[in-house]
Amino acid sequence: MSLPEDSVVRDRSLAQQRARSAFWFLAPMLVALLIVAAWPLMRTIYFSFTNTSLTNLYGGEWIGFDNYLSYRQLSSGRVIWRGTLVDPAWWNAVWNTVKFSVISVSLETFFGLIVALVLNAEFKGRGFVRAAILIPWAIPTIVSARMWGWMLNDQFGIINDMMLRLGLIEQKIAWTANIETAMIAVIVVDVWKTTPFMALLCLAGLQMIPRDIYEAAKLDGVNPIKTFFRVTLPLVKPALMVAVIFRMLDALRIFDLVYVLTPNSAATKTMSVISRENLIDFDKFAYGSAQSTLLFAMIAIFVSAYIWLGKVDLSGGGRK
Amino acid sequence: MDYVKKMAFYLLVVVIVVISIFPFYYAVITSFKSGTALFRVDYLPTQFDWGNYTAVLTSRNFPRSIVNSVFIATTTVLFALFLAVTASYALARVRFRGRALLLMTILAVSMFPQIAVLAGLFELVRFLGIYNTPWAMILSYTIFTLPFTVWVLTTFMRDLPMEIEEAAIMDGATPWVIITKVFMPLLWPALVTTGLLAFIGAWNEFLFALTFTASEAQRTVPVAIALLSGASEFETPWGTIMAASVIVTVPLVLLVLIFQRKIVAGLTAGGVKG
Repeated sequence: MSLPEDSVVRDRSLAQQRARSAFWFLAPMLVALLIVAAWPLMRTIYFSFTNTSLTNLYGGEWIGFDNYLSYRQLSSGRVIWRGTLVDPAWWNAVWNTVKFSVISVSLETFFGLIVALVLNAEFKGRGFVRAAILIPWAIPTIVSARMWGWMLNDQFGIINDMMLRLGLIEQKIAWTANIETAMIAVIVVDVWKTTPFMALLCLAGLQMIPRDIYEAAKLDGVNPIKTFFRVTLPLVKPALMVAVIFRMLDALRIFDLVYVLTPNSAATKTMSVISRENLIDFDKFAYGSAQSTLLFAMIAIFVSAYIWLGKVDLSGGGRK
Repeated sequence: MDYVKKMAFYLLVVVIVVISIFPFYYAVITSFKSGTALFRVDYLPTQFDWGNYTAVLTSRNFPRSIVNSVFIATTTVLFALFLAVTASYALARVRFRGRALLLMTILAVSMFPQIAVLAGLFELVRFLGIYNTPWAMILSYTIFTLPFTVWVLTTFMRDLPMEIEEAAIMDGATPWVIITKVFMPLLWPALVTTGLLAFIGAWNEFLFALTFTASEAQRTVPVAIALLSGASEFETPWGTIMAASVIVTVPLVLLVLIFQRKIVAGLTAGGVKG
């Protein structure tokens, strides 16, 4: 009678077979990701150390860090610095991107939480409200940029009309063209479009909080505001942290909205916009590669720091 | 006091709904205006003129852009789903060393700034000879559809009961049979959800589509709308732009409203849980 042993052997070979087939099931996906992600990323980084141009993709030569920073000493003794790290246009784009990301993600988190709290309450027509807030999310970014571009139009825009009627402004404002208001316009449209996403993620977090905690708080006579800060917020924080980082990553790489809503405005040009401009439009392929490499490095550092400092659990579900 | 609270609450609800819907509503009423009526601000519909729609739909390239977008988004999604189903089976159901690390790497790919791979992809697209064809988009969109579908399907597949799989193994089913015959029927809702979300992503993509197309005939819908311009720089054809915008948005809004429960589940599976 060697039955038990047999089944052990069978179990082990079964596990081995499963592990082998797992490899074959993963291989196509891994190859695809290597082709579209790892390889292009490495090439971009490589290009950033060359003088490759768009018209001569394979004729680039290795020039080290010159696209990032280099200096030359003139015979007069004066030192001239060059490269993207001393390029005012680059630092302007960095500042624009950071300003945009911090302000819009903060506003989205704030409004998203409010909308989520509303949707978490029970009231008539809740399903309708949830459907309504999905609409901005479903509209393509380019389309929302065009719609808002029309609403923010200086002469015929409905926003100017509303604000004039309400007496908020004295005269019509060229929202997207003015240096002072272009960034506000971009932030408003982004907040409008992505608050629903934030709200849904917050709502998912809220719904995981057991109801009896609130009943206990009510019985103890804790006031609602205190309940929110002592109970709701701490419990919803993990979901919120994940939502914030997802939105932050999107915001740091923003391209389409800025490109269409405020074309060629120095007040809103972000890192992605300026990198693409150099890569494709200005035929400074290698220089643009250096800028996109810098953006990649900044995002990588930011994510690592955020996950590490915030102790965010991205591994998911705890069912390993 | 209770009454005031209730009023304030419903007021907040109304504000949320109006802000969400108004821009789309305004685009729709603008799209039905013609001539000088376009340049008058109206809060309610005043005209019902199909002119802008016929102009867009009979134009040389816009219908072509719609066809391009449908083909690209559909192919991208089918490709991503095929690779993701097999991969997520391995990631969700089989224990092997380095699984957690692999999942984190896949998540990291979905966080790539697209611009960071643009130069390398540009070279690849040129090298493969697919510049200015739909295949350039189908290839490049894989970078965001694949990690997303793998991640979401893995979370869904983890939830399927172990017993079903064990029973199949006892019957001598191979992993391939388990995936296609046992799991697929159970996974349909998840596949529809992830497929739809990936489709929306591919339908809306702008940066790659702008960079990898050169001729008007090859443009996708977002690029066509972004670059729609009038006879001169100072003459933006707002009526046509709004009509085009409504045409590409209505199917998406309908899809989202029909599948809203599933979409919310899919978004949160992709977001909160992982």
